[in-house]
Amino acid sequence: MKSDRLFGLISLAVALAYVASATQIQTSFIMDPLGPKSFPIIIGSVLAIAALVPIFKPDANPEWPSRSNTMKIASALIVLIGYALVISDLGFLISTTIAAGLVSYQIKSNAKQAALIGVSLAVVLYAVFNLFLGLSLVGWPKFLGL
Amino acid sequence: MELFDLLGVGFSVALTPQNLGLAVAGCILGTMIGALPGLGPSNGVAILIPLAFSLGLDATSSLVLMTSVYYGAMYGGRISSILLNIPGDEPALMTTLDGYPMAKQGKAADALVLSGVASFVGAMIATLGLILLAPLLSKIAYLFGPAEYFALFLLAFCTLGGIASNNQAKAAIAAAIGLGLSMIGLDGNTGMSRLTFGSLHLLEGIDFLVAIVGLFAVSEVFIFIESQGKESAVGVKLGKIAIPWKDIVATRWTMLRGTAIGFVAGVLPGAGASLGSFLAYMAEKRIAKDPEKFGTGDPRGVAAPEAGNNAAAGGALIPMLTLGVPGSGTTAVLLALLMTLNITPGPTLFTDRPDVVWGLIAALLIANVVLLILNVPMVRVFVKILSVPPQILLPAVTMVSFVGIYSLSGSSFDLMMMIAFGLLGYALRKLDVPTVPIILGILLGNHMEDNLRRAMVISGGDWKILFSSGLSIGLWIAAIGGFIAPMFLRKFLSKPQRITD
Repeated sequence: MKSDRLFGLISLAVALAYVASATQIQTSFIMDPLGPKSFPIIIGSVLAIAALVPIFKPDANPEWPSRSNTMKIASALIVLIGYALVISDLGFLISTTIAAGLVSYQIKSNAKQAALIGVSLAVVLYAVFNLFLGLSLVGWPKFLGL
Repeated sequence: MELFDLLGVGFSVALTPQNLGLAVAGCILGTMIGALPGLGPSNGVAILIPLAFSLGLDATSSLVLMTSVYYGAMYGGRISSILLNIPGDEPALMTTLDGYPMAKQGKAADALVLSGVASFVGAMIATLGLILLAPLLSKIAYLFGPAEYFALFLLAFCTLGGIASNNQAKAAIAAAIGLGLSMIGLDGNTGMSRLTFGSLHLLEGIDFLVAIVGLFAVSEVFIFIESQGKESAVGVKLGKIAIPWKDIVATRWTMLRGTAIGFVAGVLPGAGASLGSFLAYMAEKRIAKDPEKFGTGDPRGVAAPEAGNNAAAGGALIPMLTLGVPGSGTTAVLLALLMTLNITPGPTLFTDRPDVVWGLIAALLIANVVLLILNVPMVRVFVKILSVPPQILLPAVTMVSFVGIYSLSGSSFDLMMMIAFGLLGYALRKLDVPTVPIILGILLGNHMEDNLRRAMVISGGDWKILFSSGLSIGLWIAAIGGFIAPMFLRKFLSKPQRITD
């Protein structure tokens, strides 16, 4: 199936779900003539109508990434999600070292260099943000109590 | 004269040591951001906004910093276009056509200096245009009631979708996604929650900075990982820098024409700098007696798009400041900055906060001079930056984006949402769906709805109010025309792909 068809179908489904939830918006006793529902319903309808175009008139497929590149993108995604989850507890230095190192490794598979880049980026950015720009990032893990 | 008094106020604001320092820092950062492939004006400004905000700069200082970055990025984009044949940012795409051939002929330094001067001419004249035109437009803006504002927002979406994208339906989908997302959260009129699905995080609505950084900066990481190894850049050596007076004098009319075209393209809502540089190049080629020379390293092919690109950058500030409707992706990001700083752009900005407006304008004039110095005699420094390998650059950009968003809210939820936007942005860019309308939708959605609802309150629910004044009818016609006309013009105007600014 053409990518555009799938994209159109997903958009259409989202649009219908959106309109359906918009009709459920609670109104209150203070009401203006239009109310809180109408504009979201209009938007959902525009989305539904526009979504029909790629379904019936799809563009040529884009060049999707090769299997190995898909894996790379997926693992970068996992790294970023992991980083977002642990940064509060693990502190900036350790989590950034790991995340930056791993992202660097996705781009160039050189473990030693990636590790070095991870450490230096974490230290340099921490210094720039905290000393120079005056942010107060927590550097070390919470459980160390530093 | 009133104008000079106001400019005097502006310079007194912009010339404080702090603001002057920020302007210079912004110019340097901006030129670097522009020069680095993959980092352009919109994502560069986007990742810096949360940081400027966390730094606790006041409104004027943040604006001075960010617009200097914006102008700087427009200058810097040409450096890698000329030396590597990779546009440093979207608007610099056209500069590769003649800039890289010039560099291959050993005239890299000439091309860099000439394009730097063309950038200066374009940006300077556009800033002067801004000074003259913006106050006039802000007076017209007083004629706008809710119905007119609603039509104006519609016009912005229509021209953005019509002119700046390859497929109207996809632009409409993008706009609807953005508008739909903006509805999430508390409804200002009734105080009830809308479309939050019981999530407390969503009650405050979706922070547009999270969406912007995700769509513009994080998606770039995925695009970059995928394209690794595909773009094999052959760098060109930079010789001795001398000022090519002959080329500069010979292209003076080219620069002025490019500036005029770019400026108009910038003022139109939704067109932006990429279109400005594209139209300037095409027009110059059309009127040339020897069009076959274009593409082989013709100095005119370097001067025209650079003047156009930078003039459009200045022009795009006009609708953003006077009407609150951005003319391009980057000005949409700057609008986000204004909104974060609690400044409402529009006609009242000129009367209520002359210090902000004129301080900004004075800063632009200063930034231009700083940028000319940075980009002509000191261009060698920025050429060095191009040799930073992507395995260092990309993690650094990613981490700065994360820290920016994290320092705003300190919540993992926002970071996760930013990643989700990054993934969405990646998929949409692969499908040739423009992401700028999404940002515009998130930024303007609530204003658009407010104005529609206010109009309905005035009329007591009669839809005819939307077409009740000549101004609003004109805007509706322009909106519909702007959306439909490009379908017929597409045959004559084939555009460079993927315009994000």
